[in-house]
Amino acid sequence: MAARRVPLVLLACGSFNPITNQHMRLFELARDHMHSTGQYQVVGGIVSPVSDSYGKQGLVLAKHRVAMAELALQSSNWVTVDEWESQQPDWTETVVTMRYHYGRILKEYERSVGMHNNSNLSPQLKLLCGADFLDTFKIPGLWRDDHVEELVGHFGLVCVSRGELQPERAVHESDLLSYRRHNIFHVREWVKNETSATEVRRALRRGLSVKYLLPDSVIEYIHRHNLYTEDSEMRNKSAVLRPLVKQAQEPVKSLDD
Amino acid sequence: MEGHSITKVVLLACGSFNPITNMHMRMFELARDHLEDTGQYKVVRGIISPVGDAYKKKGLIEACHRLEMTRLATESSDWVMVDSWESLQPEWVETAKVVRHHYEELLAAEQNIDDVDTIKYAKKRRIEENHHKDRDDLQLMLLCGADVLESFGIPNMWKQEDIAEIVGRHGLVCITRSNSDPHKFIHQSDLLWKYRKNIHIVREWVTNDISATHVRRSLRRGQSVRYLLPDSVIHYIKEHGLYSSESEQKNADVVLAPLQRYTGASSS
Repeated sequence: MAARRVPLVLLACGSFNPITNQHMRLFELARDHMHSTGQYQVVGGIVSPVSDSYGKQGLVLAKHRVAMAELALQSSNWVTVDEWESQQPDWTETVVTMRYHYGRILKEYERSVGMHNNSNLSPQLKLLCGADFLDTFKIPGLWRDDHVEELVGHFGLVCVSRGELQPERAVHESDLLSYRRHNIFHVREWVKNETSATEVRRALRRGLSVKYLLPDSVIEYIHRHNLYTEDSEMRNKSAVLRPLVKQAQEPVKSLDD
Repeated sequence: MEGHSITKVVLLACGSFNPITNMHMRMFELARDHLEDTGQYKVVRGIISPVGDAYKKKGLIEACHRLEMTRLATESSDWVMVDSWESLQPEWVETAKVVRHHYEELLAAEQNIDDVDTIKYAKKRRIEENHHKDRDDLQLMLLCGADVLESFGIPNMWKQEDIAEIVGRHGLVCITRSNSDPHKFIHQSDLLWKYRKNIHIVREWVTNDISATHVRRSLRRGQSVRYLLPDSVIHYIKEHGLYSSESEQKNADVVLAPLQRYTGASSS
């Protein structure tokens, strides 16, 4: 008898500046891995581009980043892009974005639960990220402890790394993460692929080819709108990352408040 | 003052392409950018030449499939194409012969363009006069990864005169990872060092290590290979049920064609 699986949705937050094949690989790898645990059934994936107020250097307008993600995901039958986060007036904490999406997923699930009479396992939402993400927890002022606890304790992380052991070490070196290590899933990508959005932007600035690193439709969009130039990379150059400012001023209530 | 002329280049990649991946396609893009950046070259075409079944590499599936997958992968490219000549030969063909074949075809095509308006006599003289000039302004270069360059050092894998022909008369464009050192390898080989001017090393700063071996492994295990190769190729693989544990065992007991030919080793 097949064990019942928890319906699982994967959420990836990030700049997606621009989205690349590597971003989409993360979803594929994570889905395969979570299926192979025997405990989960991945039912959806969400790409949530960050809003312009994040203030990261080189960030092009959210409307472009969302449009490019839409083009890239056209051929996917399970991953979609969501622009809620990008449309919020200010930068949104990751946990807030997760709470929003989890609320929607739960509502949708409850609406359709009548049709699934043998599955009464609640759906889950986990954050999908790369190995470097775990290191960001160490940056002072970037994360609140209670948010990290909610993120890894309540929701959970699916962390894709390129075969190195750094993510396990990052978990080991943090008491908070270590306590919740059962809710942090490590996925190894054995194919060494250093394609990053940063490299793609660099190549574009220099007039070099990025074909086969991201979908043709996205490359066409970039050229049509002349995104990613030396000027676009200078945007926000001297700005402070919004989370560092916002969280020093007015912290968001934690789930227990 | 004579202005320097730009040499037209055609890039030729030989290999199993079992299956073709985005990394193979990237090699062409990187090579073209690199060569054109020197200001001396204009890359006008890319040719992918899948090896014939007689190569007898372990896990090599039928050439007809590898050709079709490569054709699907090149559909979205306006300058890279697949060529079936090598794969259609009954015996395994040395790379130098493949290079020679394609170079001769290129020369013939160039001369056909010249010949259209000339009378027979003038045509013959022009061929003789232009023979040297054609080779200066049109070059065929073998495109490969660092592993191929280093395979020059494997005993009985290559004939020395073939290496000399490829790097001496033509040229080599070698895509290399940040962590390998092709320059050292060239330095340690008198033959390669002699023709070092014809060897173009292209540093791939962003490692993109999508090996066909890994792709086949993932397919055997039912894991996703999306975004590692074009969707149309993945679709073809699924449609034809290619790449299983059985297909990977093909040629398992057989000696690779070049080794067989050069050492006189026989298959079991």
